[in-house]
Formats: sequence, C-alpha cells, structure tokens
Amino acid sequence: MAEVALLDVSKSYGAVEAVRGLSLSVAHGEFVVLLGPTGAGKTTTLRLIAGLERPDQGSVMIQGRVVTNEVPAERDVAFVFQQYSLYPHLSVYDNLAFPLRSPARRMDEKTIRRRVQQISELLHIEHKLGNRATALSGGEMQRVAIGRALVREPAVYLMDEPLSSLDAKLRAELRLELKRIQRELGTTILYVTHDQIEAMTMADRIGVMSEGALIQLGTPREIYERPNSAYVAGRLGTPVINLIPAELLGDTVPPQVRTVGLRTEHIRISTSDGPGPRAQVHWVEHLGDQNHVHLKLATHSLVTLADPVQPLKAGDQVSLEFDQPLYFDQAGNRVGADGWRGHA
Amino acid sequence: MAEIKLETIAKAFGSFTAVKGVDLKVDHGSFFVILGPSGCGKTTTLRMMAGLELPTSGRILLDGEDVTALPASARDIAFVFQLFALYPHMNVRQNIAFPLRCQNYPRPEIRRSVEETARLLRIDHLLDRRVGGLSGGDRQRVALGRAIVRRPKAFLMDEPLGALDSEFRRLMCGELRELHDRIDATTVYITHDQLEAMAMADQIAIMNQGRVEQIGTPQEIYDRPASMFVADFIGAPPMSFLAVQASLKRGDRSIKVDGAPIEMPQLFEDRAEGSFALGVRPENVSFADGSSLRGRVIGAEYLGTTQIVTVTTANGQIKARLPSGSTVRIGETVGLALRPDKLSLFDAVSGQALSSALYGGHHG
Repeated sequence: MAEVALLDVSKSYGAVEAVRGLSLSVAHGEFVVLLGPTGAGKTTTLRLIAGLERPDQGSVMIQGRVVTNEVPAERDVAFVFQQYSLYPHLSVYDNLAFPLRSPARRMDEKTIRRRVQQISELLHIEHKLGNRATALSGGEMQRVAIGRALVREPAVYLMDEPLSSLDAKLRAELRLELKRIQRELGTTILYVTHDQIEAMTMADRIGVMSEGALIQLGTPREIYERPNSAYVAGRLGTPVINLIPAELLGDTVPPQVRTVGLRTEHIRISTSDGPGPRAQVHWVEHLGDQNHVHLKLATHSLVTLADPVQPLKAGDQVSLEFDQPLYFDQAGNRVGADGWRGHA
Repeated sequence: MAEIKLETIAKAFGSFTAVKGVDLKVDHGSFFVILGPSGCGKTTTLRMMAGLELPTSGRILLDGEDVTALPASARDIAFVFQLFALYPHMNVRQNIAFPLRCQNYPRPEIRRSVEETARLLRIDHLLDRRVGGLSGGDRQRVALGRAIVRRPKAFLMDEPLGALDSEFRRLMCGELRELHDRIDATTVYITHDQLEAMAMADQIAIMNQGRVEQIGTPQEIYDRPASMFVADFIGAPPMSFLAVQASLKRGDRSIKVDGAPIEMPQLFEDRAEGSFALGVRPENVSFADGSSLRGRVIGAEYLGTTQIVTVTTANGQIKARLPSGSTVRIGETVGLALRPDKLSLFDAVSGQALSSALYGGHHG
C-alpha cells in the first residue's frame, strides 16, 4: 500500500501555477527524491503533503486515508527543513526528546530515553547527548535536526534539502548515513533536492520536476539511461549531456531525429585515424576527481569525462566513434522512449 | 592588477588564534583561491588582506608597499561578500554607478564607466531596468558590476556563490573566471567548495586550522597532495588510505600491504620502521582477479557514467571509480589493482607525504 499518494494535485499562488496536475505515490519503505531546479514546485509538493498548504484541486492520501482537509498535526508526517532549527537553550538529549514529550503523545520518560538513545546511536551523536545544541558543529546540528524527526515514527518523512547548507565533505558523509538509516529502519522518505548526486545515490526512484509538473519518474538508472526527453537527460550526469544537431552525424541517425544526446559513455575517442568524425581537443579542464575534455567537433563543443589512462592535451587531433547515443525529435522527446531498449 | 604578499601573518581573537603565520604570494593577474573547511581561518585571512582586520603580527604588501596598518578605504581593493545586496529602489545603472557617485566622480566619467562595465558583463540592455524584476543571474551580474566598476587593483571575494543552487553556481564559476581574464584582474577568492576551486583557480592555497597546508595548481594539489589532510579534503570521494607498517629505504619501488607487494613511485627517502598510509585516488583503482590485495565489496553508488564501489580490505577501506557497466556484487571478494605511478605515501603520524618520483623529489 502506498504510504503517500497525490492524485492530480494543483496549487497556484496568484497567477503562478506552482504545482500542476501532479500524481505521485510513494510506497512503504521507499525513498523517493524529487529533483528539479529552483521554482520547479518541489517544496510546494512537500508542503501540500505536510498540510502546510491546501491544494486548489486534487487530493492527498496518507496510508490510504484522505487527509486533504486535515491540519498538519492530524497528518502522520515529520518535516525536516533545510536550515536546522534546534532549541539553543536545550541539550542535544532534550532537543531529541522534545517531539516525544508533546502532551498529545503522553510517552513515559523511560520509553523516551530508550528511543532517544537508539536514534542518537544511529546518527553517531550518542556521545554528544549532554552538550548544549549550540556547542555542536554544523554537521552535528543537522544530524540532531534529522534525529528529531526520526525519534517519532510517522508514516512518512518529508525532507526539504536537509543537507544543502553543509560543506561538500559532510554532505557526502551524511548522504551515505541517511541512506543507511533509511534502509535499516525501513522508513518512507520523500526528499527534495536540486543536487543530482543526492538524487542518484539515495533514491529508489527519482521524480524529475519542471515548472510544477512531474515529467518523469523512475529508478536512477532508468532516468539516466532512458530519459524521456532532452530536458530530463540534462538533469542527470556530469558533465552535462552534449546535445548536438543530428546533421553533424550524417545519415547514421533515424530520419525523425533532430538532436543527438552524447554522454561520455557514448563517445569513443581514438588518437589514431578512425572512420568517425574528426575533432580537436580544445582544452582539458582539471576538476580534481574528474577531468573534463572539451572537444571541438565542427563548430560544436563536446565535453566528456577524461579517461585517466588516455592522456589527451589541447590541440590533439582525434577521431570519434559514437556508441548508442540518445536520439531526440523536434519536440525534444526521446525517439523510441517507450520500451525502445526493452523496458525493465 | 596587483601583487599581494602576506608575510607570516597571524591573527588572534582573545585566546583563540584564527590564523597562525601564513605566508603566501598572489601574483599579478592570478586567480588565487583559498580553500578550506569552515573555521580554517580563510575568511580572517581575506579580511586582513582587505584591511577589515588588523593582523596580530606579520606584514601585508600590496605591490611591494607595506599596507599592514592602512584601513580598508586606503587600499585599492574591492570586497565582494557572500550575499550580493542591491539597492532595490534604484535601477541597474544607479546600482552600478553607486560606488563612483560616492567618490564624486564627474558625471560623464561615471556614465562611461558604467556602460563599459555593463558591456563587459553583458547586461548593457538592462541598464534602465529596476533590479526588482531581474532574474537571479542578472542580479548577480549587477552586483559584480558594482564591485568592478571602480577598477580596483584587486578583488577579494568571500564565497560569493555560496547562496546559489549548484547548477547556477557552476554557470557563474565560468562567468567569473572569464570576467577575471577579460579585465585582467587579480582575484583572491574564498570557498569551501572544491569544485569551484578546481574550476576557477590558477593557484589554490589549502588552509587547515589557521595554517596553509599546501599551495599549488589544482592539478598539483590533486595529484600530489602534500598531506593526508589535503588528500582527504580534495576529491569526491576523497583519496583512500591503506594503513601499512614498514621500514623504507631510498630507492624502494614497492611496499608490502598485508604481505602483498604493491608497486609505487620510487621513494626518495629512508624511513625507520613506522606507520604509513598508502594513498590512492578512486579512479586509479581497478578490479584484478589475480591481485593479492583482496577485499570485500560493501557498497556501490551509481553515478551515471561511473559508479563508486567501496571495498574493505584488511588495511582499510578503498573506494574505486568504475564504469557503470561493470557488474559489482555486494559481499563479493575481489582483487584490487592500484595504478603504480599515481600512489602517494604518507607518514601516518605527521600526515606529511614522503618524497618520491611522483612528488618530483621535493624534500620535505
């Protein structure tokens, strides 16, 4: 049974349609990530589920119950915001215990203690329980904020970019931890981000949003390998997929194709003469863990991930071969998007 | 353009020493990035360059002139803060002109400078628009315009892109670097984001706990990290370390890891029996059935073109960046091959890299 379901939900603010006819269901124990740029409607979607906003049309269901007209407190959800909001005058322990001490819950202190202990161990902050919340590092504070959501056992956790205020290293660590915790506890999470790495590494399924609409929903691999449009193809992958006019590839592409999408794995670079088109290495961009090779193919540039064992330098002449690139038609839709390479 | 030199600069706030003797030189025309985690002293260092903080000791030279005691207003430097603030009641032209009007420049000159600046930033068509209606990107460009219109000797930027989303940040990185080249600026830029640093810098200084750990080009820092701190701070995921107990001789070309000899760049120093860490970047690790260095796969993170596979060995965890096409089974035991010419060796106690053929024989 779906923990959360949205049925044809829309929400406007004045003339701006923030969410348009969105339907989505999140299964029990599933980690779904909504990915999209600022203004795509991701946060509004979370707020509609939490009950912080009322939809103009459509309905919201939690555990099979229609909650569209319920206030946030009646819905069984926990919300984690981007900015950690801890009670600065309380200890870490009291911050974590706070949601359980709500008069509506009437949980005894012994149960609270056990629950706080368990969650703090999970988040590796058990040695900080006695500290004041303000005496923690940024990463620890955000872990406490996540922990405060986890001590409750709601039907679903709604997380709005909970890691984006942290530095890169910490973000990478918490990404792995959050996924581990979700797996261990079997929790249901709907998570919003504009960071494709977070989406790819944590999600069971990714929902790609644009201008208020959900435009593709699938596993990270499906979205990456079989995007239904050029827009979706551009959401995932570093460097960004190269979109070049079909004419450049001559008559090797199907007739309705207007644009060819090339990722690193679709491009084979050879330094010896080959049958494929000739290109020139324009420059090699060193980004540390990944070096990008910028190629000039006629008047177009292609960016691809450098192969660590194939040293290329600016000015090198190379020949290219293309292996199963993605094809897009006039409207930007992928040619053969439905079951073309066999749908799993 | 300017040359900025810091000589053993230190800054204490009460009993806390934020910066502990930093020496660095920013060349004319250089895009110099100071990179480090929060609390490493990078912002304090920048504020001392700007004249917003007085160093406790040391000297600051701007084009050879000692400016240590000069206030910010007497240094020909523009400071760009993290959050660009525009005057909402003014249009784009008035916003950019503001610093010149404050200094009572003649009107025709203001007009000329503002228009030239707007052309550089490709916002000349927006000059008479109100800033309220602009897109995020154009607002950033206007704010930059206000910083560069005076044509100061140097720009100091404190995480100017920190508040932007990742996609837009990447775009602005390219624009900032291009702008720097077009106006022949000298820029000192602070960030905790290694991708920004790698993408823009001519030189990177990595700071940790008030000290500079390493200064070098992005590639040097990535390929030849001077310390375990740098190796661990740079790279996503960072360098993996294998713990090794060994005694080492100058000329050694291999080291025993759990009894298995691992080839490495020729060593240029002798070391008595001790603890070392063999460092390897994820793209230099591959699976090799025959290898005697073995481990168990405990996780795989799908990233599209590649995947990051985590393997535990008897000597520590190793992350490998492999093509997504290769099949990896969690729990499986695999042999690992490490690319010999790309390995670093660190003293596990001091954290410092040992001198070797890879490190060009520097003697530390």
